[in-house]
Amino acid sequence: MADRKALQAEMISGHSGPAPGHGMQRDLEVCKLVDTTTCIGCKACEVACAEWNDLPFSPTTFDNTYQTMPETRWNFWNLIKFNEHQNPDGTIQWLMRKDQCMHCADPGCLAACPADGAIVKYANGIVDFNQENCIGCEFCVSGCPFNIPRFNPATKRVYKCTLCSDRVGEGLEPACIKACPTGCLKFGTKDDMKFIAEERTKQLRDNFGWKNAGVYDPQSVGGTHVIYVLHDATDPERYGNLPSNPQIPWSYTVWKWLFKPVLGTFALFGFLGVVLHYVTSGPRRTQPEPPAKDGANVNV
Amino acid sequence: MSTSRSISGSTSSGAIERFDDKARESFEHLGQTTVYRGELLRHPVYTRVVHWMVALFFFLALFTGFSIYLPWLFRWFTPFFGGGPLSRVMHPWFGLGFVVFFGLQALNWLQPMIWTAADSNWMRNMGKIVSGEAKMDPPDTGFFNAGQKLQFWEIVGGCIAYLITGIILWAGARTFGRIPVAISYVIHDISAVIMLGGIFIHIYQSTFGEPGTFQAMVRGAVSEAWAWTFHPAWYKQVTGRDPQQACEEARRQMTTSSKP
Ligand code: HEM
Ligand code: SF4
Ligand code: SF4
Repeated sequence: MADRKALQAEMISGHSGPAPGHGMQRDLEVCKLVDTTTCIGCKACEVACAEWNDLPFSPTTFDNTYQTMPETRWNFWNLIKFNEHQNPDGTIQWLMRKDQCMHCADPGCLAACPADGAIVKYANGIVDFNQENCIGCEFCVSGCPFNIPRFNPATKRVYKCTLCSDRVGEGLEPACIKACPTGCLKFGTKDDMKFIAEERTKQLRDNFGWKNAGVYDPQSVGGTHVIYVLHDATDPERYGNLPSNPQIPWSYTVWKWLFKPVLGTFALFGFLGVVLHYVTSGPRRTQPEPPAKDGANVNV
Repeated sequence: MSTSRSISGSTSSGAIERFDDKARESFEHLGQTTVYRGELLRHPVYTRVVHWMVALFFFLALFTGFSIYLPWLFRWFTPFFGGGPLSRVMHPWFGLGFVVFFGLQALNWLQPMIWTAADSNWMRNMGKIVSGEAKMDPPDTGFFNAGQKLQFWEIVGGCIAYLITGIILWAGARTFGRIPVAISYVIHDISAVIMLGGIFIHIYQSTFGEPGTFQAMVRGAVSEAWAWTFHPAWYKQVTGRDPQQACEEARRQMTTSSKP
């Protein structure tokens, strides 16, 4: 896909008014498809991500599993989460899930962010952090249902997966896609990826006996631009805390877009109120006041 | 002309009072209050210094906070504080300064701010007072009136809300989890907006709304006329004279001297 209009801003954090220029052109939504059933946990995508984004090395901790580190970091945006799951029949499953920003259609991080332009959602679905505008308040951390934004105490800015917006803007696929050896990662339009994902889950249900196989594309955040094929879509939590019903706190939606402007206006009216009081009923003077001018009507 | 330090005839005792007396005493060495003939001592040096520190930190916190609160203000206000990131870094410190200084002021004023029957009476007459229909405050109005007490207690409540929610926002979701942060953010904002509304009224009343009040917080002294007009019971308490009579007397003098 893709030419430069793939990076047309659609939503901008903390911005008064709509994103300039949005709606002038129609854009295709992009999507990354992660098929957890074919991931072999090789970590090629982890390395490709760190390489392309020039992320500095940081020491990891080994916890006796096939997981590089316990959680993503400000300098490690792509982590294959490893979980051992025991089925009711006693068999064991090794679940590998590529954890990264989901590029939500309704991004909680963006709703929470107060800084103009620190978070941008492009019309193609990519949600990107612009560190030069970030003020380091970490509100995005509380807005994100997937626990993704990571704070770097040294720079006082937050970082996360960009879906390789720099590559996608030039018509390339994200680095992790390019590195994946099994075809477990795919990249294309949202419609195409949804189609492939549905076909794959059908195959899993019909041919491999995964009765509950399904696609993870949570509608509670308007869908995501990273979708998963899961062996068992009824219990995403087993894949390392993938929420089955991700939510943005109401305070960041109702409060921010409704009550803030309303209360801000009230504050303004408070100011107008005292000005009006002064010009209508005027100050209360210390008594006694000088007598009114002879014949003058003080109530005019 | 006299320099004096006793105030409001407070009678309560205990640790707070002792701490406070000491603070007042040491501030008398740093500055002084001159009370001219026809005036009364209203606020000693310590009270004034603390008040203006409260006001300073309040506005610093207000401007850094409001730039983060409203996207429309973000680009206007943050440059005054060196940009968004610095505003964000400084806001909690300004807020803490505000809470600490107001804490001192709260201890200082706890006693005169206690709600009394006179205040309930004042509230019933508020309409007449605000509209200017009542030229003088009710005769039982003491050192502070009910409006001032309400504002004081609103700020006390606000400071507690600020402090708790502010710490949660400061440490963030990594320490306290997502939901406490999302809730704190709303409480913090509501508290700020209520306080802002109160401050508009406060600044107006103490400058343009009731002329003669401002000097109470800068020079520390007010005219006797101000005292018998706005705080008659306090006037009676410190002078021993009847406010109504004193006012009538002044009126007589004024009318005779204005006739040729
Ligand atoms: C430019 C701004 C301000 C001005 C001109 C001002 C002026 C005054 C004056 C003249 C008084 C004495 C009133 C009296 O003796 O009856 C006073 C009292 C007081 N001030 Fe302020 N002030 C300002 C800002 C603030 C701020 C920001 C706060 C706290 C957030 C504050 C809190 C108080 C309180 C609690 C009192 C005692 C109760 C009252 O008079 O309402 N002031 N102020
Ligand atoms: S996963 Fe989190 S950081 Fe990524 S777009 Fe959604 S809310 Fe934002
Ligand atoms: S820390 Fe997050 S919420 Fe705060 S300004 Fe930066 S991107 Fe926005």
